[in-house]
Amino acid sequence: MSPSPSFFKATMAIVYKDLAAELRSRELLSAMLVFSMLVILIFNFALELDIKVRQSVTAGVLWTTFAFAGTLGLNRSMAVEKDRGCMDGLLLAPVDRSAIFFGKAISNLAFMLIVEAIVLPLYALLYNEVRIFQLSFLGVILLGSIGYIAVGTLLSAMSVQTRTRDVLLPILLFPVAVPVLLASVKASGGLLNGATFAEILTPLNLLIVYDVIFIAVAFMVFDFVVEE
Amino acid sequence: MIETKKLVKRFGLKTILRGVDFSVQPGEFVALLGPNGAGKTTFLRILASLSRPSLGSVKVAGYSLPHESAQVRAKLGVVSHMPLLYPDLTAEENLQFYARMYGITNYQSRITEVLQMVGLEPRRKDLVRTFSRGMQQRLAIGRAVIHDPEVMLFDEPYTGLDQDASEMLDDVLRSVAAKGRTVVMTSHDLARAEDLATRFDILSRGVIAASATQNELQSTNLLAFYKQSIN
Repeated sequence: MSPSPSFFKATMAIVYKDLAAELRSRELLSAMLVFSMLVILIFNFALELDIKVRQSVTAGVLWTTFAFAGTLGLNRSMAVEKDRGCMDGLLLAPVDRSAIFFGKAISNLAFMLIVEAIVLPLYALLYNEVRIFQLSFLGVILLGSIGYIAVGTLLSAMSVQTRTRDVLLPILLFPVAVPVLLASVKASGGLLNGATFAEILTPLNLLIVYDVIFIAVAFMVFDFVVEE
Repeated sequence: MIETKKLVKRFGLKTILRGVDFSVQPGEFVALLGPNGAGKTTFLRILASLSRPSLGSVKVAGYSLPHESAQVRAKLGVVSHMPLLYPDLTAEENLQFYARMYGITNYQSRITEVLQMVGLEPRRKDLVRTFSRGMQQRLAIGRAVIHDPEVMLFDEPYTGLDQDASEMLDDVLRSVAAKGRTVVMTSHDLARAEDLATRFDILSRGVIAASATQNELQSTNLLAFYKQSIN
């Protein structure tokens, strides 16, 4: 009936499918949001007595929240594909399998950005911290999220095939994601403390390089990761 | 249409397939029978390009695996005991998704045609999670034929179905095969396999132990042939 779909169309079909399913079930987003809010609240109570410390740890608290909530989302997003054999359905499509990676990564990134868009105003409200809405800060969050999701999507495709996937993903992901998390904390912390662009150039460069490397690696190895 | 030569599959130190020679002519309906652990699912997964062979050659619809796997997948429809459907999407949305993944451009009329074939047209707007196991399996067949494949692979399609659902699935399988498609089906249900297939291959201990066509079997029944072959 048809030769094969274009890479872009297959990628967007996966994104559309993930967003439509999530819009209906709201399982993944609600879990990520509840978890993020709990973390923010716990940190709020823990650091309440010392306002200066609380302001100085903004970047750390935010990235801790995003990293843990992101892991929750990554696990769930890939588990949905595996549990009913849908991953086989994706792998059977006559398209380059890296399209599956990009489709899943884009929808995972969309979920993470939605959570961040809700968590940031809440954080600003609880911590009286409005500097997090500056464009450069949001840019760093976007770059960090891309890197985290790129490596996380690849590793979740590996871990979902094991029985201990819920435990295995954080064990695999956090050591590999340390450079992107450190660079994100450093760059966003620098921005909040009034550092110049030149001062945060090193972590910013690291973020960009990390994003490019892991997207390229995932593009090359995803086929081998998902095939038996 | 399908040809494997000296196909070997190993998982670590364990050898599942030990040099399988197998061929299917266009339009044939082959029932691949065998005891649990014989390697039937592994064999089908290799034909479907979901698993890489350790040794040997595999050709499906004129394309060799694993090098031309995308071309093979375009010609292939696969139904397993899992429906490969998304429970939070409707029947129509599931088929739309797979139609897009197969690059079908004007898919609305094809979706209607497929839903009518599997008898789910009135339920097209219902979420798949509200479907019974039998309905999900029928929709799974609809998903597998959405791109009008030349070759169909069925891996234990009757697993978990009650009598009514199995009979309904029989009709759907017959209509799929009646369109001249080449079909390979694994099953433990010998009566159903005998009724549907034109050839019976017995996979035992990682090799094809015996093969017989429907005509060759006429004097003896399939159960006797099966028992004789695996012993």
